[in-house]
Amino acid sequence: MKCWDPRIEEMPKAELQQMQYKLLKSLVYQLYSFSPFYHDRMKEQNVHPDDIHTLSDVKKLPFMFKRDLRDNYPDKIFTATQDDLVRYHVSSGTTGKPTVVGYTQNDLDNWTTSLARALTSLGLGRGDVIQVSYGYGLFTGGLGLHYGSERIGATVIPTSVGNTERQIELMQDLGTTAIACTPSYLLHLGEVAEKMGVDIKKDTKLRCGILGAEPWTERMRIRMEEWLGIKAYDIYGTSELSGPMFTECTEQTGFHVWSDIALVEIIDPKTGEQLAPGESGELTITILQKEALPMIRYRIGDITQINDEVCACGRTHPRVDRIQGRVDDMLIIRGINVFPSQVEYALMAIPEVGQHFQIVVDRKGALDDMLVRVELNKESFSDKITDLMHISGKVEHKLRNALNVNVNVELVEPGSLPRYEGKSKKVVDRRSL
Amino acid sequence: MDVKKYVVKQISVFSENRPGRLAAIAHALGEEKVNILAFSIAEASGFGVVRALVDHPEKAHKKLTSLGFNVAFTEVIAVHMKDIPGGLYEVAKILGDAKINIEYSYAYSGKDGAVLILRVDHVEEAIEKISKSGATLIESSVFH
Repeated sequence: MKCWDPRIEEMPKAELQQMQYKLLKSLVYQLYSFSPFYHDRMKEQNVHPDDIHTLSDVKKLPFMFKRDLRDNYPDKIFTATQDDLVRYHVSSGTTGKPTVVGYTQNDLDNWTTSLARALTSLGLGRGDVIQVSYGYGLFTGGLGLHYGSERIGATVIPTSVGNTERQIELMQDLGTTAIACTPSYLLHLGEVAEKMGVDIKKDTKLRCGILGAEPWTERMRIRMEEWLGIKAYDIYGTSELSGPMFTECTEQTGFHVWSDIALVEIIDPKTGEQLAPGESGELTITILQKEALPMIRYRIGDITQINDEVCACGRTHPRVDRIQGRVDDMLIIRGINVFPSQVEYALMAIPEVGQHFQIVVDRKGALDDMLVRVELNKESFSDKITDLMHISGKVEHKLRNALNVNVNVELVEPGSLPRYEGKSKKVVDRRSL
Repeated sequence: MDVKKYVVKQISVFSENRPGRLAAIAHALGEEKVNILAFSIAEASGFGVVRALVDHPEKAHKKLTSLGFNVAFTEVIAVHMKDIPGGLYEVAKILGDAKINIEYSYAYSGKDGAVLILRVDHVEEAIEKISKSGATLIESSVFH
């Protein structure tokens, strides 16, 4: 099947935008009338629903931030009462209080529809066996992919995270054709398979990876595709939007954001100005159809850009590029912006070291000091200290060129850096400011 | 002469510079009943290389690799020294006169006298030069 819903997915752009305008207008009226939170926000911004005349008038509306959800913990912004809710998800509160997302039955249906379209665009459907190796539970990844996969008629193996050897056995025994997990977990699974003497390419039917929940790079894609003999696709979402919602299609040129579900903008994180397609900035999303926890101009904090051209696959909905970094993950080292993804990208080009790394930032005297710990590959080990010093010197040089900041490199034993089975935590910041 | 019999197989292990790494290596070798005849640690910033002469290098390599260590074999040569004052000088002078450049070296003193272990650039050429110059090379079969 080419499209899950061809009428919507291939709808001419002008019609799509007309549809978005109508949805936006009714959303704004509804929230202004019934949500104290949005009512106050719009008043503060001096904007009334009557001021929304075109789709581009979305610019007049106030932004919403993660802190708004934390400040209104657990459910003060909800626009549905508890008896209309059918589920809660709770995001990990790594940087503060957790955030709670509630869902009505319609919210769950929209979420599942979004994923059904996305998974179909990867060529998946009836006959596929999809192993869902995202965490099941309060995290949205597991259950989201679970219902999306079932909706398209695929067979789900709900393995959740961990117990990797068993996952590999099941993959062989049940003929898994696609796996949904974090890119770092797939790398880990590949390494464990090698240790078990299992060749993913020859000994399994795996042909598709649905990878997300943490940033990854084009180089990682090429490496995983060659190594494991699969097609690796980016999936995107956050719990505030419902969960994982959008994926790339088989063209692999950015994830399609379904226009009837969400309106995407790219915002300059400093000025709040809307940026044009092709310009990098903060991804900002308005969910056009959401009952329990509406989102208007939600500043997600991910840095990327939009491509609004019609895709070669025929879908007219805008595509968003792979996430380049986080507004709040951005490290400032001696005044220079550094993203962990840049380090990853640079390391991929150095054959002597592995793909796992850890950044340790410290302050030596008045200066920031950045250390990158990276695993020495087995083939590159030399008994001579001078050879090893040469390798660490080479890595330092390449990183300095990529980041424009001086970096110290420490070679560590292969397999010694932590492999996180959930979201990777690759930065240790010891600066006390 | 058959130079090959004087080529000694040393194991080299990459190790992070933190407490407990040597113990982990030594424990693994002990478990495999591998005896360490001599060893040294070379250190750089953040990491080091543990080099050891053992009685069963293959067994040691296999065990350490299975534990995730980065292990390599390195060819070294062993020269007999007199275990008396001036013993090292005698050998070192011969090597110097023969223009043999030492990359690294370590030594031990056992019941059959003292032994100098050398890592050089061109092993076979060095073996020939050393044996011509009057020093006594030790065959690898003595170790393993």
